[in-house]
Amino acid sequence: MANDAELHLRNRLSRLRGLGLLRGTRIKGELSRLQRQLEKISEASDEEIWQHVELARHPERPYTLDYVERIFEDFVELHGDRARAEDPAMITGLGRFGGQTVALLGHQKGRDTHERIRRNYGMTYPEGYRKAMRMMDLAERHRFPIISLVDTPGAYPGIAAEQHGQGGAIARSQALMSRLTVPIVACIIGEGGSGGAIAIALADRVLMQENAMYSVISPEGCAAILWRDGAEKVKAAAALKPDAANCLSLGVIDAVVPEPETGAQTNWPEAARLLGEALQSSLEDLQKISGEQLRRRRRDRFRSLGVFAEATASTAIPSAPAPVRK
Amino acid sequence: MAERIDVSIEHRNLPEPATDEKPHPNTCPKCGSHYRDDELRENLRVCPQCNHHFAVRARERITQLADEGTFREESAGLRSEDPLEFFDLRPYPERLAEAEVSTGLGDAIVIGAAVIERVSCELSIMDFSFMGGSMGSVVGEKFCRACESAAERGVPLVSVTASGGARMQEGILSLMQLPKTVCAVEDLKDAGGAMISVMAHPTTAGVLASFASLGDVIVAEPGALLAFTGPRVVQQTTREKLPDDFGLAESNIRFGHLDGIVGRHDLRPYLGRVLRLFDRDHDGQ
Repeated sequence: MANDAELHLRNRLSRLRGLGLLRGTRIKGELSRLQRQLEKISEASDEEIWQHVELARHPERPYTLDYVERIFEDFVELHGDRARAEDPAMITGLGRFGGQTVALLGHQKGRDTHERIRRNYGMTYPEGYRKAMRMMDLAERHRFPIISLVDTPGAYPGIAAEQHGQGGAIARSQALMSRLTVPIVACIIGEGGSGGAIAIALADRVLMQENAMYSVISPEGCAAILWRDGAEKVKAAAALKPDAANCLSLGVIDAVVPEPETGAQTNWPEAARLLGEALQSSLEDLQKISGEQLRRRRRDRFRSLGVFAEATASTAIPSAPAPVRK
Repeated sequence: MAERIDVSIEHRNLPEPATDEKPHPNTCPKCGSHYRDDELRENLRVCPQCNHHFAVRARERITQLADEGTFREESAGLRSEDPLEFFDLRPYPERLAEAEVSTGLGDAIVIGAAVIERVSCELSIMDFSFMGGSMGSVVGEKFCRACESAAERGVPLVSVTASGGARMQEGILSLMQLPKTVCAVEDLKDAGGAMISVMAHPTTAGVLASFASLGDVIVAEPGALLAFTGPRVVQQTTREKLPDDFGLAESNIRFGHLDGIVGRHDLRPYLGRVLRLFDRDHDGQ
């Protein structure tokens, strides 16, 4: 058992060592720090995983526009889906990054009560995903690489959101991302909440900040359904394993972006610098690859995700007959 | 007595499992009429009194849609693993084993080659009885293989969905089945293939937010709940009064999300007609 855990950890570390973004003079420090962290995580208690969730949702954590301000030059925000509405929970725009024009997509939570309400706590309407799709089209036409920053509790569960096609908008946003031939880098910078997150995260390279979370359902929602008690959110979080180390070991993300020692919320400029470095080195790698090849690899990357067993023909499990209901 | 297994995000309007306290599965929840199983089966599991569409199991759906004896199942040997060692009130492998025993299926989807009204196609049929039709790695993989098989054989894909969404027990890997299935549909479309999506009750959350919404033609069964978030959660979040037909097929068609609502008795001829339109080799007979 102990050997299994050790092997698991070693596998994770060997993947971390292979990461382009941990190169340079900082590599030794980062690696050993991540190693310590991974050791901690591999024996993380339910409480410790819950702390990750709380850090990912920390009200002082930098949001998309805080990063944009620090790592982009000449950023111009573009508004509206050109069909029905402007959704302030989704930011789109163009800016200069690493000497070239890039297109930005990102969820935006609000900092104070007024702004939180205006931005709907980062919960996007279908109009927000359509705005993002408008930006993807623009990027494809002008060959701008795309940077996508994910930070949402989830797509908004409202009456108008359903009527305007929330499910279809999320599906079509992913479909469009799978068709693009420009490089796409996504980073989960806080909460990667389910369908609302994946709608803009079908990227060539998916990064995740050290203290971010990425999950199929909120721990609260999972607890309410499986435990029938929302108060069991700590247990649910531990079972869902939404932290960066687990996402990396499952192959869901490609790399962990380090945060300042005490967390992104304590040092915005340093957090932005580390994120900028990771985005830059990812874009450099991707821009060496042709558009057609990028698209093929992107689809293959997602096509390969999942864990299952397959019985060969000779050992096929015979289907049990369905029970007769009386 | 078996515990009720809840895997869907939405409970309201979903078919109830048979337990001593619950109404019998053959009792119509809309008008209260009760039927023998063979009566219901004969009428394609539609209530002859009030046209309520009961849930249809995957194999029975195939019998309803495919020309007799034409269905050839593919990838029947796929089974879920437990990558997260997920444990809520019970371990995930136990829930899987119980679902397999009670449904006779390896997971919540059955795929294979078939012929509908003499047109060859690929079928991908979901079964709500298997853990709420939830999508984990096996459902995602089998749907992708159905797309690939359709592309290889140059035939359209017919997908019938009935799902509460992504399967929580496989955590983030279940969420990854959304982009995975989306990519498979896009590959099918790039290969010139068509996809017809039939949304049965319920098609919600992760399945609605991925492949089910990407059909070249999308139709639903009458009364099916088709919502990213179901009425109970929307009600709790917004505290507004919901429209009576909130999230139902009848509401979705008014808002432009569907090509049609097709009753179960018309589904096979409808699919036949659409498939012939997409069939390049169709000889007009």
